[in-house]
Amino acid sequence: MYKSWWKIASIILLLYTFTAGFLLEVPRLPPLQETIRNLYFHVCMWFAMMILFTISVVNAVRYLRTFNQKYDIYARQYAVMAIVLGLLGYITGAIWASYTWADPNKPVMNSFSSIARDPKLIGAAIALLVYFAYLILRDSIQDMDKKARISAVYNIFAYAILFPAIWILPRILPSLHPGNDGNPALDVKNDISGNMRMVFYPAVIGWTLLAVWITTLKIRLSLLKEKKMMS
Amino acid sequence: MDEPESKVWNGLFWVIQLFICINAVAKSFLQESKGRMLYFYSIASPADFVLAKLLFNSLLMLLMSLLSLLLFILFLGNPLQKAGQFVGLVLLGGWSLSLVFTFLAAIAAKAQQNAAIMAVLGFPIIIPQLLLLMKLSSAAFAPLLIIPLNTVLLLIALDVMVVLLAVILFPFLWKD
Repeated sequence: MYKSWWKIASIILLLYTFTAGFLLEVPRLPPLQETIRNLYFHVCMWFAMMILFTISVVNAVRYLRTFNQKYDIYARQYAVMAIVLGLLGYITGAIWASYTWADPNKPVMNSFSSIARDPKLIGAAIALLVYFAYLILRDSIQDMDKKARISAVYNIFAYAILFPAIWILPRILPSLHPGNDGNPALDVKNDISGNMRMVFYPAVIGWTLLAVWITTLKIRLSLLKEKKMMS
Repeated sequence: MDEPESKVWNGLFWVIQLFICINAVAKSFLQESKGRMLYFYSIASPADFVLAKLLFNSLLMLLMSLLSLLLFILFLGNPLQKAGQFVGLVLLGGWSLSLVFTFLAAIAAKAQQNAAIMAVLGFPIIIPQLLLLMKLSSAAFAPLLIIPLNTVLLLIALDVMVVLLAVILFPFLWKD
């Protein structure tokens, strides 16, 4: 049971999310109705993605301070997992949008172009593209140390430019997405009732812990591969 | 010939700015020979070197921006209602683009890649700033809209941050 309490906590929190998230009372806002329960999945994906990108950039900084190859592997694996979460966030968001934003009188795909133009969707796409570029940059360099050094520099630079931009930009441009005059998803006054926060915060923690768990497994795998290559 | 309407004019202008910047700034690092880099390494500190590069590329890009604005007005007509403010935004935008791409050129040069990887690295990073610039400058085409000062300050703050990051991070790229 060495240091496994947070894995158990992750499972318990997610079980709670799935049961309480589907059973508890939710406010019935006119366009959303029951789809508001997607908040426990869609928004949590983006939260977990941002947390994992942050962990990745912290590891990039640690790499530049110590030049220990281990931290480079950490940074890469956290970035990959965060991309996966971002894609899941897109999928859950697409399902949600098909019930709330799409024109109900036409087939869902006909509304695609008007939905896909939303600044928040573009911002999220840009965030994912930046980290795809990070992976491309990594794979284009042969030398191990150089690869780690340059990709750590790009990671920090990209994070520092991108995140202010995608947090600020969607609040300046007009958007259909909720959370324009404040914090997306955490707007306590209008969007979510106290009841929902009882599920939402545990859900964020649960999903993030699950993602970290998956990443630690991948890190162990690639550290083992590294060791095999060295010997 | 018909002249494009102001929205198209604005969009076209900024896209052309972006490509000018990639081509003008990419030269600065990618064309340095190894021997010359070694020479710079022996006479200057990395922070001085990157600041000099940033300064040179900023000036180059400011010049290029004004030139392309002039050509746009000559060839595509002048839909500007507030020319002075638009010129200011063009200079600010050119400066922002040149700073970001100078640093990316340094990364791309160290990765021993051509300018293509610079575009791959740079496009996603620059799009948010480009969107802001387009939104700001669209106000210069309508007589009644005013340009929000907050957003201008935000762009300037981003530029200052890029310079700081370049000074902090460049030493790690520099040593080989």
